[in-house]
Amino acid sequence: MTPLSQLLPGQFGKLASLNPERGVDQRLMALGLLPGMALKLIRKAPLGDPLAIEFGGQVVSLRLAEAENLIVDVSADCPIQRPRQP
Amino acid sequence: MSTPDAGLLVALVGNPNTGKSTLFNALTGLRQRVGNYPGVTVARKSGTCDLGDGQKVELVDLPGLYSLAAASPDEQVVIDALAGNIAGDRRPDAVVLVADATNLLRNLFLASQVAELGRPVVLVLNQADVAKEQGLRIDAELLSRRLGGVPVVLTSAWKGEGIADVRRAIARVLAQRTPMKRVAWPANIAAALADVAVTAAADTGKEVAAADAQRLLFDGNATTADRIGWTLAQREKTLRSARDRVRNSGYNPMAAEPLVHYAHLRVALEGVVTEGMGKAGRTAAVDGLLLHRILGPILFAGIMLGLFASVFWLAKFPMEWIQSGVDAFKGVVAPPLDAYPMLQSLLTDGIIGGVGAFLAFLPQILILFLFVGILEDSGYMARAAFIMDRLFSWCGLNGKSFVPMLSGFACAIPGLLSTRTIEDPKARLATAFVVPFMSCSARFPIYALMCAAFIGPLYGPGWESVVMVGMHCVGLFFAVPTAFVLTRFVLKVKPQPFVLELPRYQMPKPRDVLWRMWQNAAEFVSKAGTVIFAITIIVWALSYFPRDAAVADRIKAANPAASEEVVKAKVQAAYVEQSYMGRFGKAVQPVFDPLGFDWKITVGVLASFPAREVIVSTLGVTYSVGEGAKADSQHLRQAMQDAKWSEGPRAGRPIFSLAAVLALMVFFALCSQCGPTIATLAQETGGWKWAAGSFFYMTALAWVVSTLVYQVVIRLL
Repeated sequence: MTPLSQLLPGQFGKLASLNPERGVDQRLMALGLLPGMALKLIRKAPLGDPLAIEFGGQVVSLRLAEAENLIVDVSADCPIQRPRQP
Repeated sequence: MSTPDAGLLVALVGNPNTGKSTLFNALTGLRQRVGNYPGVTVARKSGTCDLGDGQKVELVDLPGLYSLAAASPDEQVVIDALAGNIAGDRRPDAVVLVADATNLLRNLFLASQVAELGRPVVLVLNQADVAKEQGLRIDAELLSRRLGGVPVVLTSAWKGEGIADVRRAIARVLAQRTPMKRVAWPANIAAALADVAVTAAADTGKEVAAADAQRLLFDGNATTADRIGWTLAQREKTLRSARDRVRNSGYNPMAAEPLVHYAHLRVALEGVVTEGMGKAGRTAAVDGLLLHRILGPILFAGIMLGLFASVFWLAKFPMEWIQSGVDAFKGVVAPPLDAYPMLQSLLTDGIIGGVGAFLAFLPQILILFLFVGILEDSGYMARAAFIMDRLFSWCGLNGKSFVPMLSGFACAIPGLLSTRTIEDPKARLATAFVVPFMSCSARFPIYALMCAAFIGPLYGPGWESVVMVGMHCVGLFFAVPTAFVLTRFVLKVKPQPFVLELPRYQMPKPRDVLWRMWQNAAEFVSKAGTVIFAITIIVWALSYFPRDAAVADRIKAANPAASEEVVKAKVQAAYVEQSYMGRFGKAVQPVFDPLGFDWKITVGVLASFPAREVIVSTLGVTYSVGEGAKADSQHLRQAMQDAKWSEGPRAGRPIFSLAAVLALMVFFALCSQCGPTIATLAQETGGWKWAAGSFFYMTALAWVVSTLVYQVVIRLL
């Protein structure tokens, strides 16, 4: 179990838990980031903050401080699906 | 904005980046009206849509959003508009939900929330061409059946494909009034919702719709409760027990809504989308370059430099054409009116000058919006915000504050207008507040004049450049702490989390970009234009009246040998001196005395409040070298270098000491001297409160800092 803010670029996992009381997490839930969802840390911005994460076929940016409450299970076997390759 | 015609109203709703505006333009064919929703700075865009069979409906394009959980003013407007809670606006007779066909699940979350309103719905799956390229096959008919028979239309609005189908589908749902299938709430949540609805209705005596009950139960904020007048004391117990009930059924009440909707949608989408062979798209590869740790910022700097250079330099030519057009027009209008000097001056200096003053901003606005439109529609704007966010987040702004602030270095007006791209209302307001601090091109002439007349000759070209660059940084130096204090201590608006979608890259559609550019320019001319015009006329009148012919005669009699030109300049200076503006300037000169300004500079400062660039020509008038003075005018420089205090403790000493020169430049760097900026600030912040705040804050700050500069420098030297 790792906070999303500590993931390395390229690392992925499944969302284990978030804090639904927080505005950021509510926004992410509306975008479909719910517990059990596979996600991948794509990159960090050049200055190290914010982060770009991929889940459910979309890329979303959020700040490092806002990513602390998102707990990711990196041991789960859930590569982000990269379908539709020729 | 009220719509008098009682025709049918259809609302267009969808996530951002779905091509909703492109679809709107295609459906209305640019027969559009832009207004404002009452009390908020959210534009209400509507147009007439022909349904193909001769029937016409009003189509309103609501702001893009991801969820009905109202967090920002834009989102609240959508909720209120859909429920018909906006004064003077009707409840939509049908809703067109626009979804991105390449990411149906996420897009249908909003659709599923809107379905709870029970309105007739058309579901448009836009960007179907991209989905097809990616190898996605979408069974629209199956989806339609799953969603209760609402029409599901595949479109590619960019290419104009499927638009006729949308028109037919709207006509169909208006006739058959087909609602979208609603989510089945688990029993405990349904009971909690019913409980909230019944109690709220009983407490307030108002009808509480199912959708209202959901907002009351699921949202942490109180907007819905406030609207129906359900007080905290009344609702507290009911909401707590209802949320406990939701919690007991195994759902966190704050997460129940997305969990239930997404579970419902996964079932509804089963078998609807089949993935075949296709191309993955180039977005990830392009991001690898544009968001690269080293290349990303370099490319960003290049793009922004290009944008700034365009606004700054490209706009110069049309601005010069406008200026020479205005001058030529004055030249045509003036001579026939030689017999009526007052009318002549009103028409040329007042009216034509006033119109010219705000027309001069148009090229910069058009060019900036062309670029901003391209950056937004291509998907790069979100990346720019991603790259820059860290530099702005610590002082309460965000990555999207960068473009408005950069534009401010050319001109605050387009900068202010481009704050509309910032979703977070707190960051938007704070950005708008600091944009006028950026050293705009209108501050350049006074810096140039002062540097060329005093800094250069006294300290050499090296110091001249240092001062020039320094003056361009003064505003920024004060803007950053201002933003920090404003967002930390003054603004009570709740900040929005900076959750930003990095959408797929797309080719911007020229028609959409040009159309939005035009709409922004038209709005500026119609709203700010009138205010600017009024201010110009007022300042003209103050510096023209009273005009006693005896003044001219006295000057002529006193200078019998002087050339006609010299006499004319002296007459003009005398007229300004005894005008209301001149008298006022002399009266308030003591206020500016700590800054080292004499009455002539004071008049120049006062006359510059509508537009700071007039300082040079005003100094030209008050120093009797004629009103055509430019920053590079040798006469004006000489006159200023020779100017001495005639009385008081400083009598005989030069007025333009280094201290006074620096104080004057700093004053112009910080003071709020631009009528158009104030008018635009009022327009963009939805009232005069922030415009007035900006005016007084900047002016007071300018006075304090300039006083410090003068008093410190004069003691050091």
